[in-house]
Amino acid sequence: MKERRRISRHGKKAFFTGFLLSNPSPRPNFSNMPDGLFIFFAALTLGAASLLVLSRNAVTSAMGMILALVGVAADFFLLDAYFLGVLQVLVYAGAVMVLFLFIIMLLDTEDPARAYPWKKAAGGLAVFFLLAAGVLWLFHWSGAVPGTAAGATPPELTDNPAEFATAAKAFGRLLYTKYLLPLEIAGLLLLTALVGVVSLSKEAPAGQA
Amino acid sequence: MENTALAPHLILAGLLFALGLAGVLVRRNLLVVYMCLELMLAAATLALVAFSRFNRTMDGAVLVFFVITVAAAEVAVGLALIVALYRRRGTVSSERLDVLRP
Repeated sequence: MKERRRISRHGKKAFFTGFLLSNPSPRPNFSNMPDGLFIFFAALTLGAASLLVLSRNAVTSAMGMILALVGVAADFFLLDAYFLGVLQVLVYAGAVMVLFLFIIMLLDTEDPARAYPWKKAAGGLAVFFLLAAGVLWLFHWSGAVPGTAAGATPPELTDNPAEFATAAKAFGRLLYTKYLLPLEIAGLLLLTALVGVVSLSKEAPAGQA
Repeated sequence: MENTALAPHLILAGLLFALGLAGVLVRRNLLVVYMCLELMLAAATLALVAFSRFNRTMDGAVLVFFVITVAAAEVAVGLALIVALYRRRGTVSSERLDVLRP
């Protein structure tokens, strides 16, 4: 218990200092993960995602989506990917979901209260349970995932030029060296999306609709 | 739970993906279907980050960076398409958009 508290305090310090300026994280201490936090956020994420899928009201669905994305961001934090967690909250839970809410409230998306075809619902439920059973078997019971055996350590990579680091600097270095071309393409893609959205949402000329 | 490290994250990602897929299959409101698609993307990024952390390489995390970029652009275009569809047809229910159905 004491040991774990020490490590979690270390983790907190790494969070505050590590986001912008620290060096590669010391060691992946996978065996000492904050399990309680993980379980809490996993439950939050799954609950919010079920709210998204099950709610009849589209606005409630959007709220569930925001919560689920925040839960995923928290899991990024637990995985020491602080930069990605912040990015997830800013881009997804912030900008993208605001866009979604805006459109939902702009359009009249009221579902006419028609009887839901139970065959379809049963099909969806069956797909979910089949996939869930497959996931549990593959990642838990089959033992194929290297972290599940007691004391398993990550594989030693022979050629690992970019060690996992918590600092945003590490992202920048990779983005401007190894992934320079994809970065440029992503910028071009954003520009294309911008132009496409503007031309799509222009009022259609009369007589065309 | 002491030594299980990679697996819980993968299970969470898989369950999220399953929820998203079920939502895409079940829901009728196109906007909600679209949100479920985004949920599946988020699940995939979660698995990527978990593997990247476990293998101690930066590449998976950088890939997530690009996935977030592409998803943001995709959401903008998709929502514009849905708005254009609503303007023409007056509905966003996938059941009423069945012109091409034989």
